[in-house]
Parts: sequence; C-alpha cells; structure tokens
Amino acid sequence: MLEVCNLSVNYRHTIAVENVSFVLQPGQVTGLFGSNGAGKSTIVKAILGLIPYSGGVAQWIGKPVTKQLNKVAYVPQRSQIDWDYPVTVERAVMMGRVATTGWFRNHSRKSKRLVRNALERVGMWQYRQRQIRELSGGQQQRVFLARAIAQEADLLLFDEPFNNVDQQTETIIFDIFAELKAQQKTLLVISHDLSETLNNYDQLLLINKRLIASGTKEEVLTNENINQAYQYFIEKAVS
Amino acid sequence: MLTWLIEPLEFEFMRQAIAIGLSLGILGAVVGSYLILQQMGMMSEVIAHAVLPGISIAFFLEINIALGAFIAGVLSALVVMGIQKRSRIKVDAAMALTLSSFLAMGVILITTLKTDQINLNDILFGDILGVTIGDVWRTVIITIIILVLTKLFYKELEFYTFDPLGAKACGLPVNLLHFGLICAITLTIVASMQTVGVLLVMSLLVGPAITAYLLVKELFQMMFFGSIIGMISTVAGMYSSYYFDLPSGAAIVMVIFVFFLLALLFSPSQGLVTEPEFKSKIFNYLNRLIGK
Repeated sequence: MLEVCNLSVNYRHTIAVENVSFVLQPGQVTGLFGSNGAGKSTIVKAILGLIPYSGGVAQWIGKPVTKQLNKVAYVPQRSQIDWDYPVTVERAVMMGRVATTGWFRNHSRKSKRLVRNALERVGMWQYRQRQIRELSGGQQQRVFLARAIAQEADLLLFDEPFNNVDQQTETIIFDIFAELKAQQKTLLVISHDLSETLNNYDQLLLINKRLIASGTKEEVLTNENINQAYQYFIEKAVS
Repeated sequence: MLTWLIEPLEFEFMRQAIAIGLSLGILGAVVGSYLILQQMGMMSEVIAHAVLPGISIAFFLEINIALGAFIAGVLSALVVMGIQKRSRIKVDAAMALTLSSFLAMGVILITTLKTDQINLNDILFGDILGVTIGDVWRTVIITIIILVLTKLFYKELEFYTFDPLGAKACGLPVNLLHFGLICAITLTIVASMQTVGVLLVMSLLVGPAITAYLLVKELFQMMFFGSIIGMISTVAGMYSSYYFDLPSGAAIVMVIFVFFLLALLFSPSQGLVTEPEFKSKIFNYLNRLIGK
C-alpha cells in the first residue's frame, strides 16, 4: 500500500503541487489525470525522491518510499530519454536488474531469464539486438515496460506510457497492467487520455496542483471536477 | 616502407611520444565516450582552461602542478553544475562564464604570485615530443586506473548515463557516479595537457568517441573502436609531424578530424553517403543538370 500524505512541491518560487494526499491499494491500477503542467510528473518524481519536496510524506507499507527503492519500478517519459544512446534493446532492459545485482557483480542467470521473459511478454525478444534508436515510439515504450517487469517491483509508476504509441502497444500495455494487477502489484499511471480506456483503471485521481477528486470513474468525472481540473484551458478558450 | 616506419623510433623522444600517444588514445576515447553521451563535450574545454589557477597556486606552493590542475579542474565542473542546478541558467552560458572566470583568475594569479616562469605556451599547446619517461609512466598508470574503474562500474555508469532519473529511482548513488565521471574527465585532461595542450585536449576526448559513436550500437564498442581510432590518430599525427615538420599536437587533431569525416560520410548504418536516399538525391541532381 502506497500512502501519500499532504505532499507539497515548490519549484523555486512557484507552487507545483499543494497538499496532495491519496492511497494506492495492491491489486489496483490507479490513473493520475490532469492537464499539462498540473503537476502529475512532479508528484511521481517527488514520491521517488527524484526532486525535493517541501512538505508531506510518501510511504510504502509504513516506511518512506525513498528507503526502499528496490521495491519500486519507474518508467520515465519517453521524451526524457536520449534514444540515440548506443545501447541494444536487451541491455536497456537489463538495466532494470542493475540495482538488484549490486556492485562489482555480473548479471546472474536469473536476471538474464527475467529479461528474456519480459521481452517476450512485450513482443520485443526478436528485436533484442537492435539499437534502441531503430525502434518505433511504441516499441521504445515496450522496452521500458519490459525493464519495469524485469525489475520484479511491487510498486510500479508509469509516466505517460500511452503518449504517441500505436494501438498494438496500447493493448499490450493494458494487458500487462491486468497481469500485474492479478499479481497484487500496485500501479500508478499518468495519462491524459479521458477516453474509453478509462475502464482499465480501478481508481482515478484528478489533479490540478492539488487533488480535485479521487475515486471511481463516475465519482471523479463530473462536469464540475473536469471544469476545475482543466480550468485554465477553458478560460483560455473562452478569451 | 619499413625503414620509413622504423626510422623515427630510433629516437628516444619519439618512442616516448608514441607510448604516451597510444595511452592517451585509449584514455581519451573511454572517458570521452561518457563525456559526449552526457552531452558535456564543451565541459572538457571548461576544465582544460580552468586548470590554470590551480597550476599557478601549485607552482607558488611548490607542490605537484598536476595536483593543483586537478583540483581546480574539478572545482570548475562543480561550479558549472551548481549554477545549472540552482538557477534557470542553461548549461552553455554557465560554462562560458566559468571558463572565462577561471582563466582570468589564473592570469591574475600568475601575475600576483609572480609565477610567470610557467610557460603558458607549453600549457596551451603542449609538446608531445618533449615528454619525459616520468610523463609516460604517469599517463600509462592513469590510463590503467581509469580502465579498471570503468570495468568495475560499467553497468552502473551505463545505466546512469543512459537514464539518470531511472538510475536514481532505482537507488543508485547518481551524484557520486557523476562526481566520479568529472574526476575521470579532469584526470584525463591533466594527463593530456603536456602532449596536445589545453586547447587541443577536447579533440582527444571528443573526436575518437564520436567517430566510433557513428559506427557502433553499444557503449563498450564505442570505447573499443574509439580507442583504436585514438591510438592510430596519435601515432599517425606524430609521424606526419616528424616527416613534414608539423606542430605535433595540431597534426594529431587533424588526423582525428579526418577519421571523423570518413565515419560521417561512410558509416554503414548512419553515413551521409551510404544512406539509401543519397543515390536518388545524386541521381535527381544529375538529371536536373542534364535537363538544363
């Protein structure tokens, strides 16, 4: 169980996230929604300790998340990665095993098996010797998904996994979410796609610097909540 | 041909220069690979210039000049990172300011500490043909240390340079890894100063690594082929310097550049000439010429 309590983040002199609290249960997929600049990525990065936060706590089963990062898998936004980096698909997925393997050791047979299984699961095993630069956007996303699977984490955080991916990749990702859910993993997924894919989430969180609403699809997606979450865009459209 | 190759080796200064050149070819490519993958190519130039105040102070205190250079170099890299991290200022501007400020500090220190016996010309342009046996050993030892460390921390450094946020999210000590890379870069620069000088050291770090970058698909291949290119370049540069009476540092840099151009044009996977569209482009162009 992930508990986020009164999380606040300031970027120098502006407030990025204010007093956000929520709970994620094992065996659930939670969608984190909001407009651009609403603070979705900021929340995920703060939970992981990638950026300092000014207040609040993020705890995994009663202890700070940052003290047990070996139980967490993080899939960054595709735009944060240099896809020209000289690394093959297989080695990129193997990076998910680096922390578990530990210093001064070579990757174990178990790690190699996990990497192979993960790549087969996302349908990328036949591309293992390709340089990541030669892949399509959807394939690149699947490589990172495979890396997260190979990590064998209990808490998985995905930053915009559906951005610019093809239909096949989207289906694969949701299938894998369902499998991870069945394994009692906890998933948090950032997205802004308010379409029929919403049925894949057990819980929705709507963010606009602070938490606007949380709960089921019906509870969260009321006109009033959406207005609040996307206020800026509506005001801009009117003016 | 053989005598042509062997003749320069009869001189001790040439043998030492070649030994140091081979060593630097490897060192530059390995450290340079990390440098360019972090998009910090210009950082080598900052560090290379920022060593000056360190050299001046070390000279004044009569301690090892390389040590002073190393400390000042690392300090300058930390200043750049600090400015970049704590403000909105972009890294290129932070580097420009740091480079000139450290250089200015060096100029002032040389005057005020009366350490103007330091031969600025040697520091700026180096003289690979004037290295001593001690220089050779120092460079070889630095190269071996860096190679061992690279082997030991290869998987962590690969992860960190590819996906720093992902690496941090896995709990890797990314600040330590970054600091380690900065130290390795500075060490390489201090070791190469004497051979090609601070102005040209960037070429040894960046050139062989980016040439290999255009040819391979894995980091260790980049380091391996980069080392080969680096070694061939330094030796070829010295031979042309010997036979055509060229300044040795500049000759090395030009050979590195020629290798890069060849890779840029003819790389099987990424070359400008080898890309499928190239033939049709030329074809269209010729068609238009004939049409006229």
